[in-house]
Amino acid sequence: MSAVSQDTAVRTGRVTRIFIYLVLLLFALFYLLPLYVMGINSLKPLPEITGGNMMALPKTWTLDAWRSAWSTAQIGVSPTGLKPYFLNSILMVVPAVAISTIVGALNGYVLTKWRFRGDTIVFGLMLFSCFIPFQIVLIPMALVLGKLGLAGSVPGLVLVHVVYGIGFTTLYYRNYYATFPTELVKAAQIDGAGFFQIFWRILLPVSGPITVVSVIWQFTNIWNDFLFGVSFGGTSQPMTAALNNLVQSSTGVKEYNVHFAGAIIAALPTLLVYVVAGRYFVRGLMAGSVKG
Amino acid sequence: MGFLDIRNVTKSYGQLEVLHRVDISVEEGEFLVLVGPSGCGKSTLLGMIAGLEGISSGEIAIRDRVVNGVHPSKRNIAMVFQSYALYPNMTVGQNITFGLEMHGVPKAERDKALAEVAKLLQIDHLIDRKPGQLSGGQRQRVAMGRALVRDPDVFLFDEPLSNLDAKLRVDMRTEIKKLHAKLKRTIVYVTHDQIEAMTLSTRIAVMNKGYIQQLGTPKEIYDSPANVFVATFMGSPAMNVVPARIVVREDRPYAEVVLGDGAKSLLAFSQPGLASYDGHDILLGIRPEAITDPEGADRKSQNIVSLKNRVIVTEPAGSDTFVTMSLGGKDVIARMRADVDIAGGDDFEFAVNMEKAVAFDPKTEERIRP
Ligand SMILES: Nc1ncnc2c1ncn2[C@@H]1O[C@H](COP(=O)(O)OP(=O)(O)OP(=O)(O)O)[C@@H](O)[C@H]1O
Ligand SMILES: [Mg+2]
Repeated sequence: MSAVSQDTAVRTGRVTRIFIYLVLLLFALFYLLPLYVMGINSLKPLPEITGGNMMALPKTWTLDAWRSAWSTAQIGVSPTGLKPYFLNSILMVVPAVAISTIVGALNGYVLTKWRFRGDTIVFGLMLFSCFIPFQIVLIPMALVLGKLGLAGSVPGLVLVHVVYGIGFTTLYYRNYYATFPTELVKAAQIDGAGFFQIFWRILLPVSGPITVVSVIWQFTNIWNDFLFGVSFGGTSQPMTAALNNLVQSSTGVKEYNVHFAGAIIAALPTLLVYVVAGRYFVRGLMAGSVKG
Repeated sequence: MGFLDIRNVTKSYGQLEVLHRVDISVEEGEFLVLVGPSGCGKSTLLGMIAGLEGISSGEIAIRDRVVNGVHPSKRNIAMVFQSYALYPNMTVGQNITFGLEMHGVPKAERDKALAEVAKLLQIDHLIDRKPGQLSGGQRQRVAMGRALVRDPDVFLFDEPLSNLDAKLRVDMRTEIKKLHAKLKRTIVYVTHDQIEAMTLSTRIAVMNKGYIQQLGTPKEIYDSPANVFVATFMGSPAMNVVPARIVVREDRPYAEVVLGDGAKSLLAFSQPGLASYDGHDILLGIRPEAITDPEGADRKSQNIVSLKNRVIVTEPAGSDTFVTMSLGGKDVIARMRADVDIAGGDDFEFAVNMEKAVAFDPKTEERIRP
């Protein structure tokens, strides 16, 4: 494998290299274009957008649209801006990611290191949950939430996302821990470590890379989720639902600059997670490969 | 009653019994080696002593305390694994003292124990490193340090040297032997390397297919194997086992063997009792070093028989020369002095030390002990 790729790396001529970079650059521009449009238009006053060129840079730079989107824009019936919904999303996403990741890690630990009769069936069923479309569970989920008295609340949303995410996080951790030498667990048992001590002291410290994967995956999915948010959010709707309300509002003029600003605010946390955690992700992978 | 008693122990996975009625009693300070081919159940037996595997029937007692069902950490044993099983996120020092920490030993005492063990194994300078920054031999030492620091009743080793390169393996072998001589602790050691078994042990249990084939001192196992499996498994090159027939002349038993050219030759046995097997087909077992040139023959032996046979091929191996001939239709290897002067195709006068020859029943492959 590596011999082949080295070969090509040596043989690739200058022309091919330039060509490859050009193509990559083109794609990068293509993907960055929407962000550019959103960025510059969120910094313009509205008349500049309606009466002018979407691609042009602002003549007067202003943060008014951002202020409005954050705190004064009309969302549904009240002019609250996105702020309260942003908070809802944070209150939902942090516990949901944390709980689903911890439970996934524990599941992976048990499914690989404390095998029991029927464990593959349990794992199979959990895997199966990854393939259930959101729409199918809407009505049963609404019933359960109603019974639990969690309908239309942030804890309700947390529960929904935890339940939905455990399948994925379990899959990640199980596959990761499957490659972790079982002899280490045996050694720790002889050393006198208990169930949670082994997990906490032996497995968790080397789970960095997979935890980053799990957190990124869960965070983006839960933050970006719209369907569960509008269905079960009730009065505590998350960011995505609010953004939809903002953009789709049928009254008054369409404030494109505010919409753009709102959309960027909605996307910022996921961007941040990628920027921060992505670095650790790569670092984790590198550490593993160098140690061999 | 021994220090470590394995009484009638069996192990089954579902319907499949992988260990059959193992019965071993180990004395305090003994170095017992479990040796056998891959899959014979060595690790399983060791795991049962450690408490990592359940015991299907029978019982295991350490210091007269039956430990069936006792948690591994409460058996006062320590184990060194084939992969060393060092905790990758902890330093060498933390690795070694983790067991003490889990057993609630205070920090000051732990540090003292660590310092002693590190000095003993000469790994003082590695204490703050992570396992990933150590060589194979160093990891091996750390793994042993982790076992030593616990000061257990019984040490369990599962193929601890098999991941090392040939030279290091020999060095570490000597080191383990020295350590045992110094500390005089009870050790159960698993390997599939018969040389390791011979050099390290005070007693060897040779295993095959879940059965203990023979239990004895290295000398007993080597000189007096209980069956063809033990005879051929222990020793390198393996013992020559060739078809022969017992014939009796003037009350003395001989092994009649077919030579390379089809002629027959008689080799006198040293055990008179074999005379009662007159006419029986047997398997004759002769170790390579019991077949030499006449000058190289063992002077202390009372029964050197000379045997003229055609040399098939010679293989000089530095310290020895291996000479191949045909007996009973099988290739037989003789181990001779390095500077012996023979070549393939020669007719040569071999000297066979029949004092060391053994006879096996060809059907059961068990030793015939008259
Ligand atoms: N969980 C299990 N289920 C069924 N059979 C098993 C299980 N574990 C081990 N065995 C069987 O038990 C037998 C003994 O295995 P064991 O690991 O003790 O062999 P070993 O002598 O240590 O071999 P090696 O030298 O390869 O380590 C093998 O035939 C193996 O296939
Ligand atoms: Mg084994």
